[in-house]
Amino acid sequence: MKIHEYQAKAILKEYGVAVPRGEMAETREQAEAAAKKLFDAGASGVVVKAQIHAGGRGKGGGVKIAKSVAEAAELASRILGMTLVTHQTGPEGRVVRRLLIEETLPIEKELYLGIVIDRVEAKPVFMASAAGGMEIEQVAAENPDAILKEHIEPGMGLEAFQARKLAFKLGLKPSQINDAVRLMTGLFRAFQETDSSLMEINPFISCTDGRLFALDAKINFDDNALFRHSDLRELRDISEEDPLEVEASKYSLNYIKLDGNVGCMVNGAGLAMATMDIIKYAGGMPANFLDVGGGANAEQVTHAFEILLSDKSVKAVLINIFGGILRVDTLATGVVEAARKTQIQLPIVLRLEGTNVEGGREILKQSGLNFIVAETMKDAAEKVVAAAAA
Amino acid sequence: MSILVDKSTRVIVQGLTGREGTFHAKACAEYGTKIVGGVTPGKGGTTHEGWPIFNTVQEAVDKTGADASVIFVPPPFAADAIMEAADAEIELIVCITEGIPTLDMVRAWEYLQDRRSRLIGPNCPGIISPGKCKIGIMPARIHLEGSVGIVSRSGTLTYEAVYQLTTRGIGQSTAIGIGGDPIIGTNFLDALELFNKDPQTEVVVMIGEIGGNAEETAAEYVKARMKKPVVGFIAGQTAPPGRRMGHAGAIISGGKGTAVEKIKAMEAAGIRVAKSPAEIGQTVVAAMGIAAKA
Repeated sequence: MKIHEYQAKAILKEYGVAVPRGEMAETREQAEAAAKKLFDAGASGVVVKAQIHAGGRGKGGGVKIAKSVAEAAELASRILGMTLVTHQTGPEGRVVRRLLIEETLPIEKELYLGIVIDRVEAKPVFMASAAGGMEIEQVAAENPDAILKEHIEPGMGLEAFQARKLAFKLGLKPSQINDAVRLMTGLFRAFQETDSSLMEINPFISCTDGRLFALDAKINFDDNALFRHSDLRELRDISEEDPLEVEASKYSLNYIKLDGNVGCMVNGAGLAMATMDIIKYAGGMPANFLDVGGGANAEQVTHAFEILLSDKSVKAVLINIFGGILRVDTLATGVVEAARKTQIQLPIVLRLEGTNVEGGREILKQSGLNFIVAETMKDAAEKVVAAAAA
Repeated sequence: MSILVDKSTRVIVQGLTGREGTFHAKACAEYGTKIVGGVTPGKGGTTHEGWPIFNTVQEAVDKTGADASVIFVPPPFAADAIMEAADAEIELIVCITEGIPTLDMVRAWEYLQDRRSRLIGPNCPGIISPGKCKIGIMPARIHLEGSVGIVSRSGTLTYEAVYQLTTRGIGQSTAIGIGGDPIIGTNFLDALELFNKDPQTEVVVMIGEIGGNAEETAAEYVKARMKKPVVGFIAGQTAPPGRRMGHAGAIISGGKGTAVEKIKAMEAAGIRVAKSPAEIGQTVVAAMGIAAKA
């Protein structure tokens, strides 16, 4: 789950990570009040930052500096409601609904801090780089040695000596080291205690007066761990997500909308990806990724079907099920219920195999509905692509 | 021979009394797997479907002589169940559970490092050696005993590959689903090493997907050490970057972990990569050097 920068900074602040003073604003008036407060408190400028779940906001025109309260208000009204297009939003962009109004700081150096799970070592890795402000993927590709790494021993935190090592290698001054250690160890505690899957501070800044700040903050939470963080679940902003994907998540379905016209419903992520691949191979384009999961029940299958069909670009549907945990008869019951409920007119190609497949085939036959039955994946893909083109 | 499991493997089920645990324990037993009991804390001393239930894995091992365990417990408790099985020195732990928090798996993975247990999974279909033993949720009837070893990150895609082989009359030595999570116990490399040593296995099928670099690491091993032909497939050739495709581990991030990169590394190692998932069976046929059945 992704959250906004202002939410991430509020979390980090609780862990002793220094962040610039600032407030979230949803209207011009709130932005004006926030800016006034900052100027009154001695800020020499404020930055108006669009809050969307995507990077590249500055280049897209969503981050602007104001030298007065009036200018901040003016910028706020211009950015609020704009559709911000960045390299991460796709061409359709995102509508800006919230802003973060923050004090500006006298930046001397832009650095980078990040925490992810290293899949090979099976432990979290704390990364730091002197090349802040740049995309870390680009740094990794061009100059991998520029990324410093400290692995975290499971059951322990980022130890002070590890943070010191990183801080000295980043070129921080001796007078800044204690602050850096506090900030970095706090960052890791936040990662661990919130069950994050990714944290990025880019840039992490050193000011001309020696102070250190997380100038930007990005946090993704591990979806699998949200069951034990009811407070963090509250931070979800569904206006940032595709409405169909939000609907799917209500029923624990994995749905991702794509650009084609062949709707597909598959059990298992690998088979679902392979089904998308073979649709393309047969000359079509998948309209979505939809994994109904290992243990889906008839109700979930019905919802999956409704979600799939509410995408108006879908011209034909391919259901490819290889039953393991999900029994084919369960799937068939759900498909029949959904087909009746939605009074579907589109062609449906079914390819079923696995646990209780005979029961499943019988349910489909008894339903009296007109399904196109396919024997193999290739057969199914060719039939559905032909049906979608017809 | 087969790898990791055979007719003598004695299996307990952690989470036997749950719906899925019960359903699949029965299916495994029907296949001939020696299911010797179950573990459900608080239900020790009772029986379920004729099997004795124990409060702890240690007690189950002491009373039944189990050397393998299959885990069906819900995600919040699954990493703990893995560690409990390792503590009781279970040799093979198969964790079916999907949705375990990653940081829980970090702890469980570390716990396994200096212990004798091997973990398969989590978030996997399990392991089957056709004709001998099935520990998992795969549909048994699609399998056939034979000489092809299969290792895969995906459950249902493994069934698809098995099905394509069986319908061509080609049997399998052992099929292992290693799981779709970012942190797993047994990886491609481990499975390839085992298949390399197994006299029953003549050809190996390796089914990967986008995300991480386990396929690339395995390809290096194949190039350097593998004595048997390897057939590959990578799912997610049409997956958009930056999106998690169902499996927690299936994501192209920062331009890394793409199908293109993986296929390139595998082909460079001499692995025959099937371009379409429908071609896995015929690619194995070609690798075996036998004529395809019309």
